[in-house]
Amino acid sequence: MTAQCTEPAAEQALVTDDRLGSEADTVYAALVAAHEGLSAHDGQRLNVRLVLLLANHIGSAAVIHEALVLARTGLEGEQRR
Amino acid sequence: MTSYSYTEYAMTLAPELSGATPGIYPVVIVGAGPIGLSAAIDLALHGVPSVVLDENNVVSVGSRAICWAKRSLEIFDRLGVAQRMLDKGVIWKVGRVYHRDREIHAFDLLPEEGHRFPAFVNLQQYYVEQYLIERCWEFPDLIDLRFLNQVTAVLPKPGAVTVRVDTPDGDYTCSAHYVLACDGARSTVRSLLGLGMLGETFEDRFLIADIEMTADFPSERRFWFEPSFHPGQSALLHKQPENIYRIDLQLGANADPERETMPEAVVPRIEKVVQGRPFALDWVSVYSFQCRRLERFLHGRVLFVGDSAHVVSPFGARGGNGGIHDVDNLCWKLAAVLQGSAGPALLESYNDERIHGADENILQSARTTRFMSPHAGAERLFRDETLALARDLPFARGLMNPGRLSTPCSLAGFPLQTPAETAVPARMAPGQPCLDAPVTGADGRPGWLLAHLGGTFRLLAVNQPAPSLPGLPVVTVGAGSDGAGSALGDPAAWVEQRYGDGLFLIRPDQHVAAHWPAHGPPASPAIVAAAWRRALGFMASKAAALVETWEYV
Ligand SMILES: Cc1cc2nc3c(=O)[nH]c(=O)nc-3n(C[C@H](O)[C@H](O)[C@H](O)COP(=O)(O)OP(=O)(O)OC[C@H]3O[C@@H](n4cnc5c(N)ncnc54)[C@H](O)[C@@H]3O)c2cc1C
Repeated sequence: MTAQCTEPAAEQALVTDDRLGSEADTVYAALVAAHEGLSAHDGQRLNVRLVLLLANHIGSAAVIHEALVLARTGLEGEQRR
Repeated sequence: MTSYSYTEYAMTLAPELSGATPGIYPVVIVGAGPIGLSAAIDLALHGVPSVVLDENNVVSVGSRAICWAKRSLEIFDRLGVAQRMLDKGVIWKVGRVYHRDREIHAFDLLPEEGHRFPAFVNLQQYYVEQYLIERCWEFPDLIDLRFLNQVTAVLPKPGAVTVRVDTPDGDYTCSAHYVLACDGARSTVRSLLGLGMLGETFEDRFLIADIEMTADFPSERRFWFEPSFHPGQSALLHKQPENIYRIDLQLGANADPERETMPEAVVPRIEKVVQGRPFALDWVSVYSFQCRRLERFLHGRVLFVGDSAHVVSPFGARGGNGGIHDVDNLCWKLAAVLQGSAGPALLESYNDERIHGADENILQSARTTRFMSPHAGAERLFRDETLALARDLPFARGLMNPGRLSTPCSLAGFPLQTPAETAVPARMAPGQPCLDAPVTGADGRPGWLLAHLGGTFRLLAVNQPAPSLPGLPVVTVGAGSDGAGSALGDPAAWVEQRYGDGLFLIRPDQHVAAHWPAHGPPASPAIVAAAWRRALGFMASKAAALVETWEYV
């Protein structure tokens, strides 16, 4: 019942090399376009849904953790509770 | 007041007050809640006498624990009260989760056959305590239950602990080699020793109501996020015996507990939940919750057990159940130490193993509570969008957290367990609690495997012969007995399927201490003896070092 990742993904390390290749511009444009016409709040909701969908697709807590660490780098913020 | 009719238990004059000098007791237990009472029974089963002191003279007042998990029932069975709980309680195993008013998820907590006890029994805490008290009375020579005896001071001294006790007939002091502080979440012993709790406190308040109502609600746990009958908050509904239902309603952080417990406030809220069915209020209270524990459960000769050591929010039913696991873990060790078959170092393993268990319970309970009461900002967004996605996408139902219900923890990796040298199935790895299975006795009568394990160390041999060691009883299942005809039968091969062929050293609390699978190197008597010694704490050098500082807490 716990939200554990049951099937370890094929890759257990975050890939930071380019995987989108010739589709990079298309994907980037799609990410931006998805927010068109949305309020800032709904834009945040969209991002959150996307994160949840993609996190499940990745299916590896280790990879997600690595991505989180990388994503947070340089964002100081206040002290974590 | 609840429909349960409370007996005021009689107080007997403490021998100390009639001039007797009983000397140093082996064990004094402070608190006759479910944990203190269970500890007294478990110790008595090991032949250890105890004095149980409780400031009150009735069982638990009002609505507290109701959900007793399978593993606790197995422990309660060893203690001798599980059958009564089963007979009286509401058996369930299915949980349903609703968002708004639509069911979006259902889970089955015991999807497989071949277990004596169900996933859960719902039974009010006052019945459990009543059964435990009545069980205590079956040990008149070993359990001295003293009601209206309030502990007001604790003085740890070398070799013993002295406690001061107030009673309506006057004060007295008595001493014990060990004191078990089972005096609950607001533990007096804890504050007398100046010990603080570490962890998280939640702001949200919850209305907890028991109502009496005739309804055909299923024997299931039903949980709502943002139902239309209680907008924007969560709600939980449980069935109990005698047409009693438990309703938990989240009220938010700003609710006024005094106002919220008044019938004018409560009744309209409940009316919406039960949709016009007639009901009577049995008990109402407003709680806020914490997930915290003591840094150590062992302070010299004072041992903290149950809520005095750790508290959790109730959504995983991990409070009382976790405390029962404490008792199961501690009492055989304390008995072994008092009876000289192990050194005090063994008690240090109680500290380590149960802190591990408490941390698991705290982690799970805190995550659920956070999911129910997310902080404003990103956490709230993640929560709400998880619920939104869960309506249509199966993956998000796993992320949704309506409560992760009590299961026992594995003790793998702690010093008492001998790591397996050959790969073994995870469910039966050293540290795991034993799984139950139907067996037939030597007389051909049907029974259950767990009834043959526990209490003392046992060597379990599945489909193979067992080495013989003096003082270590063998339980043989299936083929491989020496023809003595004492083997248990495995008619539907549940034991074979769950355990695999092999040899297992089983602790008195029914956890696997060592596992030698049949496909691995054979376990000689010397190897088994070494694992046994290890499980009695003779290898734990870290613990030994700590023991020397014990007398000076
Ligand atoms: C709303 C709610 C719902 C819950 N639901 C569940 C559930 O479904 N399942 C579950 O497992 N748990 C549940 N719990 C938790 C459960 O009630 C506790 O974990 C359990 O009562 C702990 O038992 P205990 O014996 O450690 O402490 P307590 O039950 O608090 O008993 C402590 C005893 O010590 C006595 N005492 C205190 N101070 C002194 C003193 N100075 N001298 C002598 N005696 C003293 C008291 O009189 C009392 O009898 C719930 C709790 C709440 C509040």
